[in-house]
Amino acid sequence: MLDFPPWKRAWLWSLTVLGLLCAVPSLVALAGGSLPAWMPSRTVNLGLDLAGGSHIMLEAEASQVAAQRLQTMEESVRDTLRQATPRIRHGDISTSGGRLTFMLEDPGQVDAARGLLEPLTTGAGLTGQRDWTIEVVDGTRFVLTQTKAGLEVATSQAMDSATEVVRKRIDALGTREPTIIRQGANRIVVQVPGLEDPEALKELLGQTANLEFRLVDTTALPSDVAQGIAPPGSEIVPYAADSQTAGGLALRRLGGIRGDSLTNAQQTFDPQNNTPVVSISFDPQGAQRFARLTTENVNRQFAIVLDGEILSAPTINEPILGGTAQISGNFTTESANQLAISLNSGALPVELTVVEERTVRAELGADSIGKGAIAIAVGTIALVLFIFATYGPRFGLYANAAVVINVLIILGIMAVMGATLTLPGIAGFVLTIGAAVDANVLINERIREERARGRRPVQAVESGYREASRAIFDANITNVIAAVLLFLFGSGPVKGFAVVLVIGIITSVFTAVTLTRMWVAGWLRRARPTDLVL
Amino acid sequence: MKLLKLVPDNTNIHFLRWQWPFFIVNVLAMLGAAALLFTNGLNLGIDFVGGQMIRTTFTQSAEAPVTELREEIDALGFGEPVIQAFGEPNEISIRMRLPDGADTQPELSAQMTNAVTAVIRANHPDARIDGVDAVSGRVSGELFETSILALVLASIAISIYIWVRFEWQFGVGALFALVQDVLLTVGMFSLTQWEFDLNIVAALLTLIGYSLNDKIVVYDRIRENLKKYRRMPLPELLDLSVNETLSRTIVTSLSLLITLVALLVLGPDVIFGFTAAITLGIFIGVYSSIFMSAPFLIWLGVTSDSFVPKESAADRQARKAMGRAEP
Repeated sequence: MLDFPPWKRAWLWSLTVLGLLCAVPSLVALAGGSLPAWMPSRTVNLGLDLAGGSHIMLEAEASQVAAQRLQTMEESVRDTLRQATPRIRHGDISTSGGRLTFMLEDPGQVDAARGLLEPLTTGAGLTGQRDWTIEVVDGTRFVLTQTKAGLEVATSQAMDSATEVVRKRIDALGTREPTIIRQGANRIVVQVPGLEDPEALKELLGQTANLEFRLVDTTALPSDVAQGIAPPGSEIVPYAADSQTAGGLALRRLGGIRGDSLTNAQQTFDPQNNTPVVSISFDPQGAQRFARLTTENVNRQFAIVLDGEILSAPTINEPILGGTAQISGNFTTESANQLAISLNSGALPVELTVVEERTVRAELGADSIGKGAIAIAVGTIALVLFIFATYGPRFGLYANAAVVINVLIILGIMAVMGATLTLPGIAGFVLTIGAAVDANVLINERIREERARGRRPVQAVESGYREASRAIFDANITNVIAAVLLFLFGSGPVKGFAVVLVIGIITSVFTAVTLTRMWVAGWLRRARPTDLVL
Repeated sequence: MKLLKLVPDNTNIHFLRWQWPFFIVNVLAMLGAAALLFTNGLNLGIDFVGGQMIRTTFTQSAEAPVTELREEIDALGFGEPVIQAFGEPNEISIRMRLPDGADTQPELSAQMTNAVTAVIRANHPDARIDGVDAVSGRVSGELFETSILALVLASIAISIYIWVRFEWQFGVGALFALVQDVLLTVGMFSLTQWEFDLNIVAALLTLIGYSLNDKIVVYDRIRENLKKYRRMPLPELLDLSVNETLSRTIVTSLSLLITLVALLVLGPDVIFGFTAAITLGIFIGVYSSIFMSAPFLIWLGVTSDSFVPKESAADRQARKAMGRAEP
């Protein structure tokens, strides 16, 4: 137990020194200084609760993805059957209950229709399942149902592209080093260090930016529209809450243009009345469609719809062929700019709502660091004195040195791992300082006992370390179990706490058991004491 | 040099003589804690019930205008705010429940946050918003579930580990100690009505780790002594083991308490509840280590043979045969 050949001592010392060196950049940074450029500079990351910033969790409604898929499928089915030769006639397509249901007029076309519709479905998942099932009931009635696997794949894709859109929008704001990660099936976590007022960000991310140009149904009676009744093939869409017009308009459900074919959007001013507007440019395909829409509907009214609300409903005076247009609405410069950013980043495939927000001002974080540092310093000094008083200058020194080295090595390992120090993490440090002493307490108490039983110093030390190791091992395992569960189930700051605990448990065994044993062994060999002051 | 010895050498306290009084006190305390939980409940933070918490410092005032704020926010119609001082008297936290209908319309809670911060900013120019936490009902429900799950899993995992490393009686004893530590600490939170949030759950998980630490040291000594003194009556042996580890229990707990009290008094206000929970738990854990570790083992029937490898019938016969041959 007490045999430390030179190579082993060299190895343990170099490990220790390495650990201590890794802590230096973080210590200097925490003290507010900076190191010369040639030195290694990996410091421990500060969590948002210490550095200040915003944490926002966004959630998408999975049912929305299902509804959109239903609508897309409805359009595809309609187009496919219409373009078939011979044309396949069918009754109204019902979308109730989340399924597409329709009847064929000619029972003889069932097989042909099935053959055309099958290619519209794709494989989903690994089990060979399709994303839609097609059933024919009562001879002529088609029922298309979304499968669970299909919906999962679609949601996952929607979340991937939503994450991408969120990233583009945040980049457009010019904030520094945001972290954007997908979480679980339908959530996105956004963390922006240093952002203290996330209102603008939340508004930007809350905007789906689904832009549509739709025709106004002129056959609708104003009295019906006021009551919310739309003619068949149309629906009532309300004006935006901040627009000057109240109520809504009946808009045709089909035949409009979606705003996903834009190449550029920009906030500009309307030359006529100098109010803020958003100028948009279409890609070639979009320009063509827009030209056709405006050519075919001159002198009719169409509506610019954003996220299910009408921004404005101008009348088409002349065909717009150049592929550019202006969106007017009741904009301020700011909201027009925001819309431009949103349109440039593309529409969010699903609506995102903020389900959790945690914002901390940098001053509060700095205050926490300051108070935490003082608490650590005072706690450590008091503990060092207590240990000296209990175990005397020699064994007290060993235990105390082990504690201090332990704290520094934890900091070093966290810096190298790129781990994040959070506010509960500071508490983890303090706790680790107290707990790291435990191994030495166990060992020293055991040595005292062995001495009291009349063993000679070397034997007492040897059996002290041997007998105590077992309990130290078992006790640390329970702590690791608790810490691992904390890590698995905890949220951000609590995870940071668990990281400190786990690292601390491992390093404390190294410093409190291995290092002190090396020191004690060296002393016993050099001094050959006849008694232990302990 | 005279060293500090908190527990004198050869201390021999007959803890087991008092096992019943201690047990009754223990059970009464646990019943009391449970009763408190049912009647008083917990002051659940927004992590678990949803809602928002805004931390504000009034930089130009010695004291926060709590009464005015309460009226101003109440007038918004989102319900009555809970306003608590927080560190200095000019620092407060404003806590509000989720508005009605927020389950189906998550954006309502964001609107509430905006309205409240706006009214604070408008009426109190010196108000500095230090932090905003807003948690929707769905997230808070999940947080509550995962917290409970984590606590239960940790307790079971640790108990199983002890069962495997020792004997089942030790595992049961550990589980009882865990339940006791958590229940009494949570009871304290019910009594004081300190805010109970996610950090407190983290604290509970931590303290069951450390409390078990203590028990394992005692158990380890019991195991060792059971092997060493095969003839010693069990009560005497258990007392001996607790006494032998008493000094270590006290010194370690004091070490932890020294650092924790430093954190409690000087540390950041934001983690006061967290630190308080661990500090309380350490006290409770020491009590259960010293007074409750041993009696449980007697009641559950640990014997001196628990750690002796089982002897097969053939071995026994062989031994008896040997015994006859060499009297």
